[in-house]
Amino acid sequence: MKRLISLIVGLLAICGLLAYAGHHLQASSGSTGSKVLNLYNWGDYIDPQLLTKFQKETSYHVNVETFDSNEAMYTKIKQGGTHYDLAIPSEYMVAKMKRAHLLQPLDRSRLTGLRNYDPQFMGRSFDPTNRYSLPYFWGTLGIIYNDRFVRPGTVNHWQDLWSGKYRDKIMLIDSARDIMGMALASQGQSMNTTNPQKLRAAEQKLTRLAPNVKATVADEIKMYMTQNEAPLAVDWSGEAAEMLANNHHLHYVVPSEGSNLWIDNLVIPKTAQHDRAIYAFLNFMAEPKNAAQNAEYVGYATPNRAAKALLPAAVRDDHQFYPNTTTLHHLEVYRDLSPTQVGLYNDLYLEFKMHH
Amino acid sequence: MTKRRTWTYFLPYGLWLALFVIAPVALIIYQSFFDLGHHFTLSNYSTYFQSATYLKMTANSVWYAFLITLFTGLISYPTAYFIHQLKHRQFWLLLVILPTWINILLKAYAFIGIFSQAGLANQFLTFIGIGPQQILFTNASFIFVATYIQIPFMILPIYNALDDLNPAFINASRDLGASNWQTFRHVIFPLTLPGVKAGIQAVFIPSLSLFMLTRLIGGNKVITLGTAIEEHFLTTMNWGMGSTIGVILIVAMIVVMLLTGDQKREGGTPR
Amino acid sequence: MKRRFANIYLIIVFAILYAPIIFLIAYSFSQGDTMTNFHGFTWRHYQTLFSDTRMLAIVANTLLIALLSALIATLIGTLGALSITRTTKRVTRESLLTLNNVLMVSPDVIIGASFLIFFTMLKIPLGFSTVLMSHIAFEIPIVVLMVLPRLREMSASLLDAAQDLGATTRQLLTHVIIPFISPGIFAGFFMALTYSLDDFAVTFFVTGNGFSTLSVEIYSRARQGINLEINALSGVMFLFSLLLVGGYYWIQQASQKRRQRKREVVS
Repeated sequence: MKRLISLIVGLLAICGLLAYAGHHLQASSGSTGSKVLNLYNWGDYIDPQLLTKFQKETSYHVNVETFDSNEAMYTKIKQGGTHYDLAIPSEYMVAKMKRAHLLQPLDRSRLTGLRNYDPQFMGRSFDPTNRYSLPYFWGTLGIIYNDRFVRPGTVNHWQDLWSGKYRDKIMLIDSARDIMGMALASQGQSMNTTNPQKLRAAEQKLTRLAPNVKATVADEIKMYMTQNEAPLAVDWSGEAAEMLANNHHLHYVVPSEGSNLWIDNLVIPKTAQHDRAIYAFLNFMAEPKNAAQNAEYVGYATPNRAAKALLPAAVRDDHQFYPNTTTLHHLEVYRDLSPTQVGLYNDLYLEFKMHH
Repeated sequence: MTKRRTWTYFLPYGLWLALFVIAPVALIIYQSFFDLGHHFTLSNYSTYFQSATYLKMTANSVWYAFLITLFTGLISYPTAYFIHQLKHRQFWLLLVILPTWINILLKAYAFIGIFSQAGLANQFLTFIGIGPQQILFTNASFIFVATYIQIPFMILPIYNALDDLNPAFINASRDLGASNWQTFRHVIFPLTLPGVKAGIQAVFIPSLSLFMLTRLIGGNKVITLGTAIEEHFLTTMNWGMGSTIGVILIVAMIVVMLLTGDQKREGGTPR
Repeated sequence: MKRRFANIYLIIVFAILYAPIIFLIAYSFSQGDTMTNFHGFTWRHYQTLFSDTRMLAIVANTLLIALLSALIATLIGTLGALSITRTTKRVTRESLLTLNNVLMVSPDVIIGASFLIFFTMLKIPLGFSTVLMSHIAFEIPIVVLMVLPRLREMSASLLDAAQDLGATTRQLLTHVIIPFISPGIFAGFFMALTYSLDDFAVTFFVTGNGFSTLSVEIYSRARQGINLEINALSGVMFLFSLLLVGGYYWIQQASQKRRQRKREVVS
């Protein structure tokens, strides 16, 4: 019994030591104190050097916490037990958060860099007057292929994926809206359709794609494509940019008949606490120099027109990531559908996954 | 012990039961009666029982969980049995537990490396002349990795049952002229059955609800009840449907526990 | 012959059990950046790991959560097991056991989701405290399951004898019951530790405000592609577990020997 008690005391002492060490380490990496900004971001979605620069200029330290899906972020913010100052949801999620009263309106009088943004990415249907959001990055949905297995120029359209040649060769991004949307676009339909017959037809078409599908996963696609594990993938442009940077056999195509245009946006959750730091950061990120540096690091397309002009010509004119105006014209932003309509997409998508 | 004393001992445990077992289960059941628009409804249940997709998915999960449990059992019983005969058996048992301390995600990533096109397994297949095969994202690799993860959780209860076995029974059986096989079949195995049942409990239900592995190793080609719950809670935000499947799982769990529950007290084996 | 078969069988099983771990650790010494080809020996990934203060803080947090939660869970679980054996009505005991097992067999996702709903309702901010509470919650049942068999083995006559000799309830507990069930308590503590270190899904749901544990961090890092710093981390974790298990084994052996000696004295 005595031994048991001394053991418990010993363990408690170790716990105390660990608590002290953890606290000390956290303090040395600077995540406590009052001059902070809590940023809730996607993984690896900002240049860390910019955060250092921001701290040097404004003395606000940025704590970055990451999420891996819009939904996970939504759950955490809605739960209310957290205090994030800025978050970066995609367009449909901005609309959803707005409806759930989770966002604070932006104070335009305190924003200095509004002129820098490309009007194309402002005032979209999810936030018509940009009352709550500022665009952060934008991109498309497309096909990545590896020229060691697929002859360049043979894959230009969604329909090409259905070819019998590609049995067990395609990796799909695990996302109901995107994959259903792909099937809809391949049939010439809108990616925002709510017509049950059209959706049913899209699901049936997807079922015919099933033999060609190697796996339906998410971020791992990056790793697999880089390591030549699969010849083809359907994924977002930002992911593609990273793959292309690591494996020069890879190419990215946005099917010209239509695809998705997505926009990630900076928003202020209701629970935000550091008002000054927030506006300092928004203005800092709107500066063309900083936005350009961030775009070069992250590899996504910037909605900041002034920043785009600062990018190297090779990046700026790369039609894989800054598509020409005709393709851009065919791209659709996902409309924020009602829960029942989203439910229909999800159910049909689940049915498709069951048919693997 | 006095009645009051017993109660003070029971208090923290009772509080835990109320707050972290009964309350969450109640919340799940409550949640399962709401649809996407937060209206009280039975529609989640009617959707579940009328949809071929969900029923097929349930059948699939049960089948895979059965296979995983079967393979885990087949590998674990001899392992536990042989370890129990070793000299430093406590030490070997700890070596069985040790891999569970390496995070499941790390092990999954190791298997991705081993099973990939250029991975160890395919290098071996190339070496013996078969040539590279698609190993990752197949049902077989999913079952293999799931079995791998579950083995320690099956070995432990079986080992404990073997440890509880009174050696006098075995000696008696030998003295009565039974062969090793007869002793095993008629004495050891029946007496260690509670351990096997505990192992099945510890493996079968978690296998019904595996979700990380179905994605990482199975490439979402196997959809289990767990995958569906995760998807409804985290992706589609249809908590009502997710909870409904959760309730189905809880019912399945109760069924498994009833089937594998202790009947030994009626049997009256001396302890 | 039979012995040899047993040995070969065990060698194969252990080889499979350890293959992925050895694979991970081997590549932590590779100069390359992926887990496909070994590129020569280096300590580089370990250097990166030990200069990564965020990672080290997270390791400290993870161990703190694991030890503290296991300790509290062992305490509550042992008390729970004691009270379960005390119940005289069979129905009560059976239902207590069933309730106990609910969390054992519930899928992590459900536990995580329901705890999240629960904490939300109580307006408890997410972070260290919620993770700690959740870990304690899902560790308690395994402690109970590890302690119960020992309690059942304890013969009633032993207790009666002690009581006849005039032992008070307290003495009975500290001098008779606890020493007898201590192997079960240790096993429970270790299993609790294992569950805590292994958990991902529950923590993933209930963490927030910058608090992170190893598995959540690994999940967010590994998805960005394979990073050999994580392999180095598994190397360190493995070494650490090895030391812990070694220590546990040593304690157990020592106590067993002492018990044997006592038994010899008695007989």
